Amino acid sequence: MTENSSTTTFTERVTHALVRDVQLPGGAGVLALVTLDNGLDHTKPNTFGPAGMAELKAALEVVRSRAEAGEIAAVGVTGKPYFVAAGADLKGITSVHDHAEAVELGRMGHAAYTILGDLRATTGVPTFAFVNGLALGGGLEVALNCDYRTVASDAAALGLPETGIGLIPGWGGAYLVPRLVGVEKAVEVILTRPAANKPYKPAEALQIGLVDALFEAADFLEQSIIWAAKVVTGEIEVPRRELDPQPVWDAVIGAAKAQLDAVVGTSRPAPGRALELIAGARDAAKTDAFAAEDEALADLIMSDEMRASIYAFNLVGAGKKPAGAPDPKLARPITRVGVVGAGLMAAQMAFLFAQRLGVPVVMRDLDQERVDKGLAFVRETAEKLAGRGRLTPEAATRIVASVSGTTDIGEFAACDFVIEAVTEVMGLKKKVFAELEGIISPEAILATNTSALSVTEMAADLAHPERVVGIHFFNPVAQMPLVEVINAEHTSDEALATAFAVTKKLRKTAVLAGDRPGFVVNRLLLLVMGKVMDAIENGTPVDVADRALAPLGFPMPTFELLDLVGPAVGLHVLTSLREDLGDRIPASPGLQKLVADGTRVVLDAPAKGLPKPVDPAIQAVFGEALVAGETGRHGQVVLDGDGVLDAVLTTLTTEIGLMLEEGVVPSPQQIDLAMILGAGWGFHTGGITPYLDRTGYSEKVLGRRFLPDGVANVQTRRA
Amino acid sequence: MTAAPETPRARRAVRDVVFVDGARTPFGKAKPDGMYAQTRADDLIVKVVRELLRRHPELPPERIDEVAIAATTQQGDQGLTLGRTVGMLAGLPQSVPGYAIDRMCAGAMTAATTTAAGIAMGAADVVIAGGVEHMGRHPMGFDADVNPRFVAEKLVDPQSLNMGVTAENLHDKFPQLTKERADRFAVESQAKYAKALANGNIDPDLVPVAVRSAELGWGLATADELPRPETSFESIQGLRTPFRPGGRVTPATSSPLTDGATAAILASGNVAAELGLPAKMRLVSYGYAGVPPEIMGYGPVPSTEKALKAAGLTIDDIGLFELNEAFAVQVLSFLDHYGIADDDPRVNPYGGAIAMGHPLASSGVRLMTQLAREFEQHPEVRYGLTAMCVGLGQGGSVIWENPHHADYAGHTDEEN
Repeated sequence: MTENSSTTTFTERVTHALVRDVQLPGGAGVLALVTLDNGLDHTKPNTFGPAGMAELKAALEVVRSRAEAGEIAAVGVTGKPYFVAAGADLKGITSVHDHAEAVELGRMGHAAYTILGDLRATTGVPTFAFVNGLALGGGLEVALNCDYRTVASDAAALGLPETGIGLIPGWGGAYLVPRLVGVEKAVEVILTRPAANKPYKPAEALQIGLVDALFEAADFLEQSIIWAAKVVTGEIEVPRRELDPQPVWDAVIGAAKAQLDAVVGTSRPAPGRALELIAGARDAAKTDAFAAEDEALADLIMSDEMRASIYAFNLVGAGKKPAGAPDPKLARPITRVGVVGAGLMAAQMAFLFAQRLGVPVVMRDLDQERVDKGLAFVRETAEKLAGRGRLTPEAATRIVASVSGTTDIGEFAACDFVIEAVTEVMGLKKKVFAELEGIISPEAILATNTSALSVTEMAADLAHPERVVGIHFFNPVAQMPLVEVINAEHTSDEALATAFAVTKKLRKTAVLAGDRPGFVVNRLLLLVMGKVMDAIENGTPVDVADRALAPLGFPMPTFELLDLVGPAVGLHVLTSLREDLGDRIPASPGLQKLVADGTRVVLDAPAKGLPKPVDPAIQAVFGEALVAGETGRHGQVVLDGDGVLDAVLTTLTTEIGLMLEEGVVPSPQQIDLAMILGAGWGFHTGGITPYLDRTGYSEKVLGRRFLPDGVANVQTRRA
Repeated sequence: MTAAPETPRARRAVRDVVFVDGARTPFGKAKPDGMYAQTRADDLIVKVVRELLRRHPELPPERIDEVAIAATTQQGDQGLTLGRTVGMLAGLPQSVPGYAIDRMCAGAMTAATTTAAGIAMGAADVVIAGGVEHMGRHPMGFDADVNPRFVAEKLVDPQSLNMGVTAENLHDKFPQLTKERADRFAVESQAKYAKALANGNIDPDLVPVAVRSAELGWGLATADELPRPETSFESIQGLRTPFRPGGRVTPATSSPLTDGATAAILASGNVAAELGLPAKMRLVSYGYAGVPPEIMGYGPVPSTEKALKAAGLTIDDIGLFELNEAFAVQVLSFLDHYGIADDDPRVNPYGGAIAMGHPLASSGVRLMTQLAREFEQHPEVRYGLTAMCVGLGQGGSVIWENPHHADYAGHTDEEN
């Protein structure tokens, strides 16, 4: 009963391998054409699990015996419309329970794909991949194992995203890519692009040599087959590059290693393992290299970082349908948007609303000079994007024309949606809302972009507090994918549904959060920052503290983040949180002084892509650095790097426990999603709660896990 | 009263029109197990248009002035102004206009003659004309809302909407057209096709089409699916007569239901010369005529009379005939009228629709493409005829001149 083996705890969506004979033009013989097709529509891409891979292998074994018998002249592999394959079935991977099983997962892919890779050597019959659509991970590797590749002009994406989700391209990619496109481009394909979440477009793939020919989509397969026939008859020869010389290989690997050490460090193993495989690809025999891929893949499949990555990947995917959102039908139509304020945040929002909602947007500020500045921002942004080809000239014109500015609050009268982005002072915001209520219709939605103030209090004195909802954007508004939608005490389902509808049209992911200080992202982010400052105040050297969180693999060190958000903004939110949440949010006189003096806290990065180090000169603001282990200025032990990390993780655990108790969000998943999209915390941490679970903090601090064992880690106790 | 002298400035000369090239998809069986069952109709015609452009890199796509694509049932994947959508889907510049056209079976023929007329009067220099019919997806007359007046006022015999019945009617009308003659003609059509295929006269016109089947995966259509080369006179004697009990018309003497697409490039003679486009045929004249719908298959006789008259030629001047074989009896009625033998070698040298199929609105251009090849092989022939019958009682005829003929006078102003 192999079907019922304990490994199969999920239902595989099987990708079938259908084989049909095709007559090559010009009497070049028969091409056995393999179509990968899971039999489902275009919303469900092909993926590879054990059953599908076994089917492919069986089909290719038949093809091989036909090649040996001289019945066929070529083999082709293509996919169902729009897809070769999106890669391995991630559900299948995360259901693997032990190392041996994980090794088998790699081996089965190699066993099938190697038939394609070895056929020409053993039978003289060449193999072709006709990349007619999306080819990611194992979907691209099936093509890489073939002798030749064509790509359709409309293929959505080609790439090896594995290192972005805690894996390595383990079905031949790590070995084949550097040999095919050179070691420098291989680092880009296997490490850089996945880190930036940027797969290749067909023309790019052709340019770097991942594919050999590109044909227009309208008759892609026909032209690919004709091209294949010409390769078979020798009319077309496809040049292959020499292996890069050893010194080049070493230099590229060395530079990539230095970059990884600086950016990734020890936070996750996959990029380093991938780089090791690339390093070895030059001289290794294929079988040895593939065995090394199997081993690396298995180690990573059995790593918590990889499991957390898949959890995070799925969270982000599922996040497109926000949890807790009311019936979308309740959303009010929006025909005119008002933005209160014309500062940087307001102008960014005005631009985005005009761009994505396609309705008139009016920005209002107190004096004409500010209004003009806001409008200038909109105009300059439109021109910049049009200049880069990111907007058509017509779209740019439309956006600029649809945003108007005024000093007269009366111009909001016809708006059915008004969002305020004025200074973060409660009294001011309440005044604005009260004024607005006298102007706009009782049905109009009032939104606030506050980052830390109570939305409920803001609405408290209104005749219609139910129309007030928080919509918290992150800076820069255009780039940041997250919006926190704040459900205040009286917020109606209509207001909430409208906020979600707006967010969706703006192409942001929304997380629904309760009206608690700092909501989700700022509360945790500023807590972390405050905790680091606190350690410095007590005596930990600034550079030690700055690097202390490196094992988490955050997008940047603490002071670089502070520099990015602006020390004044950081201080303001920190202070506001402390007022609301009490002393567990640390105060930092040093930070106050930095803000007061306007001191820049970081130096320039030593090279592009490397972190900006803290400016050691700012140590002076905090007082002398003290020796770790001794008693510090606060009367507490001066922490070393590990101590700072421990303090941060402990306090994070406590705070998340409190947030869940307070009902800021109903489950750890929303916290993780918010931190991934709002703070850029890495997939390998799963956001944050998987990390706190696997490092034991949640059990130590709270006496319980955030997530059940096995959800975002390698299950420790088999059920 | 004498006519006033013409003002040269206000008149444009009628220009020569040449047939540059034509191509088609392999024709498929219009059944659920046919090779195009899961392939869109518009995709079929797009592939043909793209192949024509590939074969003629000397033709800058922006010089195309019109794309006229015919279909009999213009809905679904044959709807939405085919000529325009096909141009866009084929990657032609957006500046190239297009339209859809319908004259049932003579759709592609009408696309060619209508655009040719535009070329002749100077409205266009280069055109693409073609047709598509996916009869598997769009059975003839499907969903048509026939005006009740046709029946109430006895405008047509309701039975004449069934093409097979009209073929039986021809047997009635011309008793000398026996079932045996029809059977022998059909057998010969299959044999001539098989020979033409073996001699390499079919494949050069075919555009391979990638065909997807959810059950079988991707494949490639490279050959006509319908011919039955094994057909013999004896083998078709027992066949049923689906259009009339005890009738004479059988599946063997009828063109089968077919999926397929055709397209051609036509150009003004001058512009063809300017661009270096080949001129495979010169258009001499054309004509369309109506006949009683009950004997629609007889249509090519009066339409040919019209075309001959316009050309100042007689039937004896025609050296090659490409006649669409909707039904064997319908071709025989034409041959009998002109006193041409059933097995005259000038008629359908490559076989006809009985063998390869008749995707209604596509067939007209297939006749032209084949005549062009036959011209090349027969420089001794000066004029050829493409003709076909049309449902509801019409015929269409186009007369072409062979540029390979010794007496050919050219197709440019200079030569003329």
